Amino acid sequence: MPTVEMTRHLYRFFPALENRTIRVPAGSVAEVLRAVDALAPGFSDYVLDERGALRRHVNLSVNDTVVIDRKNLSDRVPEDATLFIFQALSGG
Amino acid sequence: MSNMILLGTRKGTVIFDRSNSAWMPRPIGHAGIPVCYAARDPRNGTLWASLDHGHWGPKLSRSRDGGATWEDVLSLKYPEGARHIVQYLPTPDFDPAAPVGQPEYKDATVFKIWNLAFGTAGQAGRLYAGTIPGGLFVSNDGGDTWELNRPLWNHESRGGDLFAGEATSENRWGGTPASIDYGVFEPGIHSIVVDPSDPLHMHVAVSSAGVLETTDGGLSWTGRNRGMLNDYMPNPESEWGHDPHCVTACPGQPEHLWQQNHCGVFYSSDGALQWNKVSMPDAGVHFGFPIAVDAQDGRTAWVVPARADMARMAIGGGLFVARTMDGGASWQSFHTGLPQENAYDIVLRHGLDVSGDSLCFGSTTGNVYLSEDRGETWQCLGQNFPPVYSVRFG
Repeated sequence: MPTVEMTRHLYRFFPALENRTIRVPAGSVAEVLRAVDALAPGFSDYVLDERGALRRHVNLSVNDTVVIDRKNLSDRVPEDATLFIFQALSGG
Repeated sequence: MSNMILLGTRKGTVIFDRSNSAWMPRPIGHAGIPVCYAARDPRNGTLWASLDHGHWGPKLSRSRDGGATWEDVLSLKYPEGARHIVQYLPTPDFDPAAPVGQPEYKDATVFKIWNLAFGTAGQAGRLYAGTIPGGLFVSNDGGDTWELNRPLWNHESRGGDLFAGEATSENRWGGTPASIDYGVFEPGIHSIVVDPSDPLHMHVAVSSAGVLETTDGGLSWTGRNRGMLNDYMPNPESEWGHDPHCVTACPGQPEHLWQQNHCGVFYSSDGALQWNKVSMPDAGVHFGFPIAVDAQDGRTAWVVPARADMARMAIGGGLFVARTMDGGASWQSFHTGLPQENAYDIVLRHGLDVSGDSLCFGSTTGNVYLSEDRGETWQCLGQNFPPVYSVRFG
């Protein structure tokens, strides 16, 4: 199962995700994020807008490949991969 | 007499409590998170803060224990099918003579929850929220669920019902510079004025469109901009395109409404059917953002004037508050207790409030001032706060 790692900033809002290894079933990026939302209800509202698109100042990568499809999140997260969730460095 | 002041600031929510006639700030809440508006629901004491996360999207936060703990409210979202006509800032190569192309549509998402308002005393659980990109949301259950007001969203001045298909009228709503931070140029609802005597009656103000009124609980809306002057437009008396910075009304005399904008201070004594310009530029009363109205006397209002839109700063390096008690026919300026040199403060649109004889304002320079004699003398409550976005008595 793939692993999900995220910026520590998100632990402030979802402390239940801290200090644990997050493993969810492989699938599309959208499916992986839905699985994380099931572990921590409300999580996807922080990462996605109400259309399901990635928020403007959030980046995702599968291993070290940045997710390209920010609208439908169709990129595949394979069994042995890690999905990283981090802030875009878009401010000063 | 209010015993609480809430500040929405660039770095969180600051709550002052009055204790033995002194105002003391608590440790900051929502530390590190921009809070664009914070207020207390007078009906049940619930505190609300609109969080403006840089990365994680806008969120409402609610406290039912006086600010000891806060909870996220994640239910304010645009429904499937909500679209708007995309606006663009004119670029240097913009050709105003070019033929108008087909409107471009975009699915709506909330960029900012700019303002919150509470229903009348008889409307338990009724809340309102105004957003960028120009949505009015309504809750009837204390904020657990929210619904977009579709008659306003579908208003003919925005192109009509885009849920149903293509635009059926011209979009007359322009973007607000306040939206540029979000990478867009869309309108925003920053003022929601509830008539305490009539739950079906309210006004909203939109940057940049103007003021709209409903008298049937939001089923229909009518533009109320007659008398407004828009100096920077080809037609200053255009029905739309106005940029009210803040609109407020007298709770005890709700037909008395006030606003301040780029082009002056405007007052209406007939429910916004007719606005009248009541600026006094020689006295510095013209440009500015916030405006406060007495709770009982609709002719009495206060402004914290600024220099001009091309130089958004204190006039002459000194802060003052101006008050009228005769519907803008005359203005009196008060300086006592406010800095009179080396001050560059700007007070944003929600940054001034009144409660009885008390007034409070906070500036983008992090200074907070309080008056307890109807604005005539002032004391400083602190000079090192984060930039202040909103000030509301609780």
